[in-house]
Amino acid sequence: MNARPVLRLEGISKSLGGKRILNACSLTVCRGELKVLIGPSGAGKSTLLQCINCLIQPDEGEIWLDGKLLDRTDDGALCAFRAQVGMIFQDFNLFDHLTAAENVTIALRKVRGFSRARAEERAGEELERVGLANRRHLYPAELSGGQKQRVAIARALAMDPRVILLDEPTSALDPELAGEVLSVIQLLARGGMTMIMATHQMDFARALAHEILFMEKGVIVEQGAPAALLLEGRATRTRDFCAKLADLRANR
Amino acid sequence: MPDIAFWNETLLPALNRGLLVSLALIIPAGTLGFLGGVALGCVRVFGPPLLRRLGDGYTALLRGVPLAVQLMMIYYALPKLGIYFEPYGAALTGFILCTAAYQSEYVRGAILSIRHGQVQAALALGFSLREAVFWIIVPQAARCALPGCGNEIIYLIKYSSLAYLVTCMELMGEGKVVASNTFRFTEVFLAVGVYYLALVTIAGFLLRRLEKRFHIPGFGPR
Repeated sequence: MNARPVLRLEGISKSLGGKRILNACSLTVCRGELKVLIGPSGAGKSTLLQCINCLIQPDEGEIWLDGKLLDRTDDGALCAFRAQVGMIFQDFNLFDHLTAAENVTIALRKVRGFSRARAEERAGEELERVGLANRRHLYPAELSGGQKQRVAIARALAMDPRVILLDEPTSALDPELAGEVLSVIQLLARGGMTMIMATHQMDFARALAHEILFMEKGVIVEQGAPAALLLEGRATRTRDFCAKLADLRANR
Repeated sequence: MPDIAFWNETLLPALNRGLLVSLALIIPAGTLGFLGGVALGCVRVFGPPLLRRLGDGYTALLRGVPLAVQLMMIYYALPKLGIYFEPYGAALTGFILCTAAYQSEYVRGAILSIRHGQVQAALALGFSLREAVFWIIVPQAARCALPGCGNEIIYLIKYSSLAYLVTCMELMGEGKVVASNTFRFTEVFLAVGVYYLALVTIAGFLLRRLEKRFHIPGFGPR
């Protein structure tokens, strides 16, 4: 694998209402890597992902994309940066007044400056890729949760992102719908897309992640290859947490 | 027995004349007031703090002072500052300023009901805040606000009758002149009432058409 770093964070900290949500988080993602963030609710996974593309402005720390330091005070640079960093939200956040295809084309046209025809062609390709070519004229209210999330993925992919951030993309979905979204993400991972994903889907993380980062109380406390962290008999915080998740599932 | 000659030769021609002036007030005031309200509503939610406060102050002032007083100020007080208006111009200006303030409140409410995730998703795609507001928030908020904004237009139709206070001879003004000249107050104002009722009914019909035309699954009634 090409080990060129795509995205690097250094010492990202964030306090909200006097409470430290993130404490000096650093990470590096190389091209084609899938990093999975896990940890209990409130650990700061979501905040970290939103700090990466500055939807939440970090108080401290630095962010590099392709070796270039991001100047967070420059609005133009921030927009250009975000256009290269895809984001998938837990609750999809499709634009409710636009059809599936328009959801994909709007940023291409208004941010990238594509012509309508070129944007529509590209949207067709991306919707095809997530298996929704025949749903292109439907509005978000007419799509299932899994379909909405797949449109959101198509919308992010159309921007040719350098890296995609996924914030618990399947948490709002039932297992069947989650499965259809996960298989799209799996396809992307196999295709060499660089991704950072917060999730509770441990089987998925184990099978596909290059590295698992375990977060707790705003700190990345453990990180390593899934095989190493989840090895039988290893007393890692990650394994402990996963055992609890497995217990919960068994008891249900 | 109704006096056919009075109706045909005096009252209806006068009211029809007034009706045209009323329409010339209502249509531009409704359109520009709505657009102004959308802009003002957006500024009041997303603008920089100073503009936000100015917008709030403007709305508080225009909602707080009776429209009749505002019209008097525009027509009689502004000339003292060297700003002169024709009666029609004074009435139209007053209506646009006032209706924009009310519309901004409907729009503000609609904007606040839109989930924050919509802005976040737009920003995450590389939109600037202004672009996100223009392309994502306004089209949604305008649809949500449409029933309320329509209500304001219905009000506008009726408070346009205040234009006669600044001697703009619209429906109410024409009616009043005929009534004073002939002392047939009952017939005249009954007729004026019917004209307004007809205007409001037609406006209600058009607004419903508009709502249907811009309907999108997931907004409003299914």
